[in-house]
Amino acid sequence: MAERVLLTSQQMASFVARGFLRFESIVPDDINQQFLDEVGRPPQPGESVRKAYAKLLSASGIPAVPAGTALSDSYPADSAITRLLNLPVVRGAIESLVGPDARFDHHFLHVTFPPEFYEARGLPNVSQHTHQDSTIDPRRAFDIQIMYYPHDVTREMGGTRFVPGTHLRVVSEAAVARYQNIRGQQHVVCPAGTLLVLHHGIWHGGGVNRSDRLRYMFKIRINPTVRQERLWDTSDLPNDHYEQRPIFLIKEAPDPTNVHTILTTPEPWFEADTGRLEYLNRIRMWRFLLGDKRFDADYWLTRIENEPVASTHA
Amino acid sequence: MLRDRIRDAFGNNRIDFMKRQKVLVLYLADSALDAHVIAWAQYDGTAKAEHMAGDAEEPPYMSGLAALRDGWRLIQMTPMLPHAPGAEFTTAYLKYEFLFEQWVDVDG
Repeated sequence: MAERVLLTSQQMASFVARGFLRFESIVPDDINQQFLDEVGRPPQPGESVRKAYAKLLSASGIPAVPAGTALSDSYPADSAITRLLNLPVVRGAIESLVGPDARFDHHFLHVTFPPEFYEARGLPNVSQHTHQDSTIDPRRAFDIQIMYYPHDVTREMGGTRFVPGTHLRVVSEAAVARYQNIRGQQHVVCPAGTLLVLHHGIWHGGGVNRSDRLRYMFKIRINPTVRQERLWDTSDLPNDHYEQRPIFLIKEAPDPTNVHTILTTPEPWFEADTGRLEYLNRIRMWRFLLGDKRFDADYWLTRIENEPVASTHA
Repeated sequence: MLRDRIRDAFGNNRIDFMKRQKVLVLYLADSALDAHVIAWAQYDGTAKAEHMAGDAEEPPYMSGLAALRDGWRLIQMTPMLPHAPGAEFTTAYLKYEFLFEQWVDVDG
């Protein structure tokens, strides 16, 4: 079996709570360069963005792959993407989240064009509306999306905007477009070779590119083919993982690396009441991943599941 | 011109063609107007400012009340509805939306 580095429980809990993992500069430069070579010659200003896009996609060396193909059969063996997917950390992250026999869903080369492409055609250059990919999706099982940044991305280039912690919200694609800005939103400004691994439900959108060069982001959506239960390296789960901690009146600050703490850490955009529902939904997802309904964090589910059946009357 | 004929019919005090609407949408942390802002959107009918997704990290006001005090007119807020049975724990859209407007003069 190819080498892989499975995720830790702390990384998995962070994925459950925030909906993403970030791997900075994880892809070596030679793979980044190979990928850009496979993409091919960048389009030139003057033609319409739509035509430039179509020309780029058809000429690129990135294959068109049928949905539902085994991920391991989706790319030529010597391609940049196969080399990327076989990096031990990447392979380990995929296997930890969606299992060993993951399935290819789709991929796309996202290109964000600089202002001169729009100015040449008299079109507005604006950011993409915030949205959730695909369509309304209330499953407990989840897909992942890998976003790959093959070159440095500066703030001026826009970067992908995403909102940590939104992935468990059941919304319908661009119905969230009205939310122009959300507290805690992040913009992916990163060095070449950075990957984001996202839960399929996270709210995101492309940032406006105000630089003088094209911005590339390659996205692959991957499905599980097995139940997503204890697929990561669970050897680091502590013996007290199922025990409750004191809550509200506590004597010392919670350990930020503790899974219970990770699952009950709010995001800046949390509403007062539904922020607590987010905790419940995270805990339920962690139970699903553990395959064990006994787990709770800070008593959130235990309290509302308490319906005693014992009677004091004989 | 049609504009002049309408002015003649209704009078300049009834319809002012030299005003444009600005819209401010604030999403607050709870149903109180003085709760803090967690998300926001702005649309400027004067075209003097272009707002778009991801263009600011800090909201224009810290609360809905702060917007009121700066002259924004509240025109709508989200009603509070009972939770649908079976969906009590489902989270979806931001709950506390407050819609404000301003009418501003523009050069004719």
